[in-house]
Amino acid sequence: MADDILFELLHSEIINYALDQSKSNDDAAKKEVDLSNVEYIGFAAGYKVMERLTREWPRFKDELDTMKFICTDFWTCIYKKQIDNLRTNHQGVYVLQDNSFRFLTSFSNGQQYLEYAPRYVAYTCGLIRGGLANLSLNSVVTAEVQAMPSCKFHIHVQRT
Amino acid sequence: MSRQTSRLDAKKVNSELLTLTYGALVSQMLKEIENPDDVNKQLERIGYNMGVRLIEDFLARTSSGRCLEMRETADKIQQAFRLYLNMQPTVTSWSNAGDEFSLVWDQCPLSEWVEMNNSSLKYCALIPGAIKGALQMVQLDVQCWFVQDQLKGDAVTELRVKYIKRLEDAVPAGED
Repeated sequence: MADDILFELLHSEIINYALDQSKSNDDAAKKEVDLSNVEYIGFAAGYKVMERLTREWPRFKDELDTMKFICTDFWTCIYKKQIDNLRTNHQGVYVLQDNSFRFLTSFSNGQQYLEYAPRYVAYTCGLIRGGLANLSLNSVVTAEVQAMPSCKFHIHVQRT
Repeated sequence: MSRQTSRLDAKKVNSELLTLTYGALVSQMLKEIENPDDVNKQLERIGYNMGVRLIEDFLARTSSGRCLEMRETADKIQQAFRLYLNMQPTVTSWSNAGDEFSLVWDQCPLSEWVEMNNSSLKYCALIPGAIKGALQMVQLDVQCWFVQDQLKGDAVTELRVKYIKRLEDAVPAGED
């Protein structure tokens, strides 16, 4: 079983790699960093890991039950703590708030690195989206960082 | 609440997530960079970057001193494999001069659940990169390459490590 630090280093190297790729693809749009790769890698990993995690799990009662699983068990395994706050409008929008998000805790708490925060949450957005997709919930996941190291994930479940 | 205790093992989940994330990264790279040899290079570079940072964690955790001989270095690398990947590679095939050895393993968390068609892709290229990066930070220049690979149908995976030279501290410019 691999150590946690490897995952953290790999995560930051994935971001580096995506930055390199987007730089070489298109020099003009330097300011807009393309994070879709990072998100996609998260999606693929989330999709597969969810399959393994829920193998011996009783069926979830409903959507809210699934979200609770994400907030408690899933989050504890990966981010070492539970989600601090879960809100929903009962119409498919969920807001998960983590007050000290693992990938952001090593940054300064000030405003200095706030502009880089999106890079460090893209993978997790994909991870959540992939996990939900495997539980047959199509969703759009976005993240919002207002002050380091706290982070809000907005999950919008798509119903058609 | 019906679920008081979690039935998931955090260590295991993290390890699986690492494996799957790495897999997703490799497949993404293959999609973007068509030439497998270029993917190998990228993976090795990623490994190098990780190794450069990992060595600090290793030295802090194991409080090991300087290695004076390649045999000690081999021991430390073995220890690092145990610490970070929970693997037990064996150190064998020493060259007569004692500057070259092989690390042999038959199971690696990184290549779990992986099947490959016959391409020149080196799936685990991260590992030699990491070894090279880590050793460079302790002033050892080595060369690392795969001799055998399970994913290519060999019985075991064999990584060869060859000592090249000791890196000297450069004197800062303007000081003699």
